[in-house]
Amino acid sequence: MDEILAQVERLTRRYGEIRAVDEVSFTLLRGQVLGFLGPNGAGKSTTLRMLAGVLAPDAGRIIINGVDLLDQPAQAKRTLGYLPEQPPLYREMTVDEQLHYSARLHGLSRTASHQAVVGIKERCGLTDVSRRLIGHLSKGYQQRVGIAQAVLHDPAVVILDEPTVGLDLLQSREIRGLIRELGQNCGIILSSHRLSEIQAICTHVQIMRAGRLVYASPLADLQQQQQSIRLRVGLKMPPPLARLTQLPGIEGVEELGQGRFRLQHAAAAAPHQALVEQASAENWGLWELTPEQVSLEQIFVELILEAETDE
Amino acid sequence: MIIVIAARELRSLFLSPLAWTLLAMVQGLLAWIFLLLVDDYWQLQGRLVSLDNAPGVTDLVAAPLFQVAVWVLLLLVPLLTMRLFSEERRTRTLDLLLSAPVTMVEIVLGKYLGILVFLLITVALIALMPLSLALGATLDIGKLLTGMLGLSLLTAAASAAGVYLSTLTTQPAVAAIATMGFLLALWMIDAASTAQGTADDLFGYVSLRRHYNAFLLGLFDSTDFVYYLLFSAVFLGLAIRRLDDLRLRD
Repeated sequence: MDEILAQVERLTRRYGEIRAVDEVSFTLLRGQVLGFLGPNGAGKSTTLRMLAGVLAPDAGRIIINGVDLLDQPAQAKRTLGYLPEQPPLYREMTVDEQLHYSARLHGLSRTASHQAVVGIKERCGLTDVSRRLIGHLSKGYQQRVGIAQAVLHDPAVVILDEPTVGLDLLQSREIRGLIRELGQNCGIILSSHRLSEIQAICTHVQIMRAGRLVYASPLADLQQQQQSIRLRVGLKMPPPLARLTQLPGIEGVEELGQGRFRLQHAAAAAPHQALVEQASAENWGLWELTPEQVSLEQIFVELILEAETDE
Repeated sequence: MIIVIAARELRSLFLSPLAWTLLAMVQGLLAWIFLLLVDDYWQLQGRLVSLDNAPGVTDLVAAPLFQVAVWVLLLLVPLLTMRLFSEERRTRTLDLLLSAPVTMVEIVLGKYLGILVFLLITVALIALMPLSLALGATLDIGKLLTGMLGLSLLTAAASAAGVYLSTLTTQPAVAAIATMGFLLALWMIDAASTAQGTADDLFGYVSLRRHYNAFLLGLFDSTDFVYYLLFSAVFLGLAIRRLDDLRLRD
């Protein structure tokens, strides 16, 4: 399953003096769900808009499913589904009409689009509202229609810009489930500023800041990395800091106050047992021992802060 | 693909009360004018009989009706074209078209065709009024047809200008006012009849009115025909360029 669905090379886009997107390169394989993460104004939407062919880049190359988006836009867009930040829905049309129109626009024949619409309504839970006007639907349903129109022609690459923004918890959960399901047989690129969401849906994460890609990694790697290299320890009668530092495998100690310490250890070492034995032998009054996970949030915040201090 | 876009545009028009209101207004106003013209004709009829080569009912009812119809349509076209692109840009539904496998040419022509079909329906409805006279009088069908053709060409040209102007702004009202002003200016530009020589020729040539009047006299001059086609093509071309440009700019 190593089929390359989208390849982006040194994509650049300027707005006047500002480089909104600065030499961004990445690839998307089939089965991947790629999450773009970043603060507002980092260039996520601009990148996605260029990928969807809505915005022309100043420099760089975009290959969608083997076809150059800039040279042969019509052909490349055939295998592309796009949900912009604001779902592109005509308020005066019914759900059926909108989906049918979208299917026809993507080159499906009348009968094929009819089948596609029935199928996608089923998957997105829209069957009950098919004859309702889009303008009368709730935000959650509108978002679902937006996703439905992006994927009903069975595209190889699906681009979703903030797919769950403005939805309540339950709706977000449903949409996430839908995206995960879709992601199994195509490639999905989505953006979000919610970390938990990226962690919940994506297989890969890319962090953008000020137009640059500052971090890219499979989420699984991240979890591997997270394999508790930090321990949080609570002691009623703590020994001097130096004593803790001398424990086998401990690389650093940080005092958190109120008898709490954060111990940094090598990934390979497992100092837990030694720590517990030592604590009971010397009567430190151990009352907490928690492996601390480096969450995506920490990486995110650290990267953003790092970049800020660089400037 | 053009048909798909045009069909949606047309459907959208008929889903909004705007199109119906405009159709009703056009029909109401012109029906009143039509009745007045028929009434005038009725009173003149006695004297016309004694004339050699007297103007017929087509000249006295249909032609003046089309003359008024132009004014009404020139006011109507901007209201129909104003939403085409400005509204789609404002509500960001244009992204759907831009990310779909269709070209700019198809987008512009599709939308243009949608509006055109609506306007042709309007023209046909207007033409039904003088046609109804065929029940009791002999009509000069040739003249009626050239009149209809002239009216159709004129509205086609006007809507092309409207299409372009609606790509320039995200405010439909601004697009409407700009289109209205532009069309009225072109309609009246040859009124500067005091201008002499080349200025007069130039104003006369760009004037929407001068080319239209020939059609009402039953003349089919290819110059006039080509003028309207060129006029439409230029503005549609500009609209396509403008959309391409937007992709680079915003």
